[in-house]
Amino acid sequence: MSDADYFRAPVLANDTQALRRRLENTWEGEPGIRGWLSTVDHKTLGIRYIVTAFVFLALGGIEALIMRLQLAQPNQSLLSPEQYNELFSIHGITMILWYALPILTGFSVYLQPLILGTRDMAMPRLNAFTYWVFLFSGAFLYTSFLVGAAPNAGWFNYVPLSSQASDPGFNIDFYAFANILLGISTTLSSINFIVTILSMRAPGMSINRMPIMSWGTLTVSVGSVLSVPAVSLAFFLLWLDRRFGTQFFKPESGGHPLLWQHLFWMWGHPWVYIIVLPALSMVSQALPVLCRRPLAGFSLVALATVLTMMLGYGVWLHHMFATGLPNISLGFFSAVSIVIAIPSGVALFAWLATIWSGRPVFTTSFLYFAGFIVVFVIGGLSGFMTGSVPADWQLHDTYFVVAHIHYVLIGWNLFPVLGALYFWFPKMSGRLLDERLGKWSFWLTFLGINLAFFPMHLLGLRGMPRRIYTYPPDMGWDTINLIVTTGAFALAVGLLLTLVNVVLSLRRGVLAGPNPWDGDGLDWSVPSPPPPYNFAVIPMIASRTPLWERPLSHSYELSSLTYGYALDQGKEALSTTTLDALPKAIVKMPEDSLAPFLLSVVLTILFAALMIQSWWLVILGGVVGLAITVGWLWPRRKLAQTAGTLP
Amino acid sequence: MTATRIIIGAEKLPVGSIGASAPGWWGIITGIVTEAALFGYLLFSYVYLAAQPHMSAWPSEPPSLSLAAPNTVILLLSSVAVWIGERAVRQNKPRMQLIGLSAGTLLGLIFVGVQLIEWKSKPFTLASGPYGSLFFTITGFHMAHVIAGLLMLTALIAWSYLNYFDETRHAAISVGAIYWHFVDAVWLAVFFTLYLTPYMSA
Repeated sequence: MSDADYFRAPVLANDTQALRRRLENTWEGEPGIRGWLSTVDHKTLGIRYIVTAFVFLALGGIEALIMRLQLAQPNQSLLSPEQYNELFSIHGITMILWYALPILTGFSVYLQPLILGTRDMAMPRLNAFTYWVFLFSGAFLYTSFLVGAAPNAGWFNYVPLSSQASDPGFNIDFYAFANILLGISTTLSSINFIVTILSMRAPGMSINRMPIMSWGTLTVSVGSVLSVPAVSLAFFLLWLDRRFGTQFFKPESGGHPLLWQHLFWMWGHPWVYIIVLPALSMVSQALPVLCRRPLAGFSLVALATVLTMMLGYGVWLHHMFATGLPNISLGFFSAVSIVIAIPSGVALFAWLATIWSGRPVFTTSFLYFAGFIVVFVIGGLSGFMTGSVPADWQLHDTYFVVAHIHYVLIGWNLFPVLGALYFWFPKMSGRLLDERLGKWSFWLTFLGINLAFFPMHLLGLRGMPRRIYTYPPDMGWDTINLIVTTGAFALAVGLLLTLVNVVLSLRRGVLAGPNPWDGDGLDWSVPSPPPPYNFAVIPMIASRTPLWERPLSHSYELSSLTYGYALDQGKEALSTTTLDALPKAIVKMPEDSLAPFLLSVVLTILFAALMIQSWWLVILGGVVGLAITVGWLWPRRKLAQTAGTLP
Repeated sequence: MTATRIIIGAEKLPVGSIGASAPGWWGIITGIVTEAALFGYLLFSYVYLAAQPHMSAWPSEPPSLSLAAPNTVILLLSSVAVWIGERAVRQNKPRMQLIGLSAGTLLGLIFVGVQLIEWKSKPFTLASGPYGSLFFTITGFHMAHVIAGLLMLTALIAWSYLNYFDETRHAAISVGAIYWHFVDAVWLAVFFTLYLTPYMSA
């Protein structure tokens, strides 16, 4: 072996057709069903994440509509109390766990390598694995429906309601194992984002030039890595309590039910920020393009994102204000819950300043982002209200809280996501979505959410408890409930219009070209849809807005987009230093592989075997899973993991 | 002033998995952070239930150190052995590399054996009360991590026999070694919480 096998000076070259043909041959995936199962291309996986998460949104939405039909009038009997319990549980679980973060993960998986100027995620096979585990965990959860044992103790699944004594069936076990599986997917995809964002940025993209959307994804990835173990552990301990007689949550023998609430909300409240901050950062990424100016207060918004996440770890107790905690805890957690409005306010005023001082283009995306700001304020205010202990005691477990959570999750997650869909759909498909249909869709969803969820505040103030399957006619709730149901259906129709729009535009949409919105980020410098290798040459970056340098002329150095590192000796990418993004190493990227798919199948079977306590299947699954893992990690000459000459 | 295109030239860069430039290196560091968080939540559960007023369900005597203390030393020695093995690969001493990794694995196995004896000697069970549940779950989680670490070390020994690594290309060994050090370090936190803190309050 020689030094040349281990070290090489990367060649700077021009973006030429010959280079593109060479890269196309190297990076193209396998065809056919095998290629479909084994792909590691972040663009394919990102779109799969997005489609799958939207399927879960549709499932959760249908569940919500059925519940709203039941509640439209007093004393209805469309659903039995047991069915209602299962529906509100699985609706919450689906939306919060299987839609809200995976949709953002999908956008990040698709976009991060593009906005960072690299060719794939740092660990492409892991990326495929986390997608498959996400998909199978969702299938696992919905299997509970098919066998008539869906989770039925609400999405936060409090003991003793979820204990074996109260709920002996498999209902809660399905939730437990599906949740732990999803937790594995979330943790590993977060690790992948952290490594990608910290070590794969294009040369010159120092940490202060990193796109704002990467700040969002990086922040919540760190948040997930630190908080997801809490909920996985909580569900594991619950399973031990339920099936092996441990005493963690059983007060009669010295355990404590509040331990569940602590572990759950130590994850649960950071999670609220985890499922909104990336959505907010997509707004910060896209809104400036539509306002024709860079984001106002970029550094403040980046810092506010990180600060919100950090404060998000100090507010979990505000879900437990009504559990009889000491006053000192109530005071502290109430204060932090209210202080967290400050970083949220920073982002809010940055968006307002961006619109105010820009020249907004009123596309559908812009409408969604602007509508989001309105809903953001309403959802934020009701959160601010429930952050105060006396108000919380009055409002706890009423529809006021339901109104708040829906304003926050639909407003802060779904609206930015829809705006992002209209904004980046052309990049993903090469075609624009129809604007006329899009605007109809926006106004219907905007009307729908306010009609469905604003009156819920009033229901809560009038004392309607959450999670009741029906109510008597003389409570003063009838008319409001009917309005809420009407709003829910308007929202559904609005979303359906966007679905129709997607289906029609995929075939008939106007061709977008690489940069339909005249955007500033690297994602707009590549063709739509991008080639498998993303960038023919790895660009060299001189500013935060590499495509807007001439009009802004804020830098006397310009980014180099058509002259850069060729890296064409096999599947290669560039790794750079964390702060300065100086070239650090040439990374060998893996080929397509079936291992991620197979391992996720085995892992899912293993979890099912644990749930039904089929120990021979557990052992078999463990052994097969281990064999696949060893095969996956086996050091390969081609990936430059072993000593000797490169092939 | 006319703008010029930025050029960020590079001298010779490492190709592929070399030291901390391998994606797996940062992957395992981040993985260790999340595993450490997991143990943090486990120990939180212990402290939370220990602090509750119903101490009748709690053992009256602090746990015996006669097996656990020497076993802690054994686990720490295994870390030293793995460290020697990893240093040997960097210095291109393949014999020492195998000896270090094998000795680390052997000491890890002894730890598992002693831990099993320790488990057998306890008068309580997983289901006999919250203390037993916590004790066996926390040490069980740690045991699972030790076994995962031992599997990693076994693979590294096999790959070392196959001469896969040299003084430059050995990221897999560094990744496995840092995980093993983590498994040992987190034991110190478990040992301190489960075995030593009861003596402090007594």
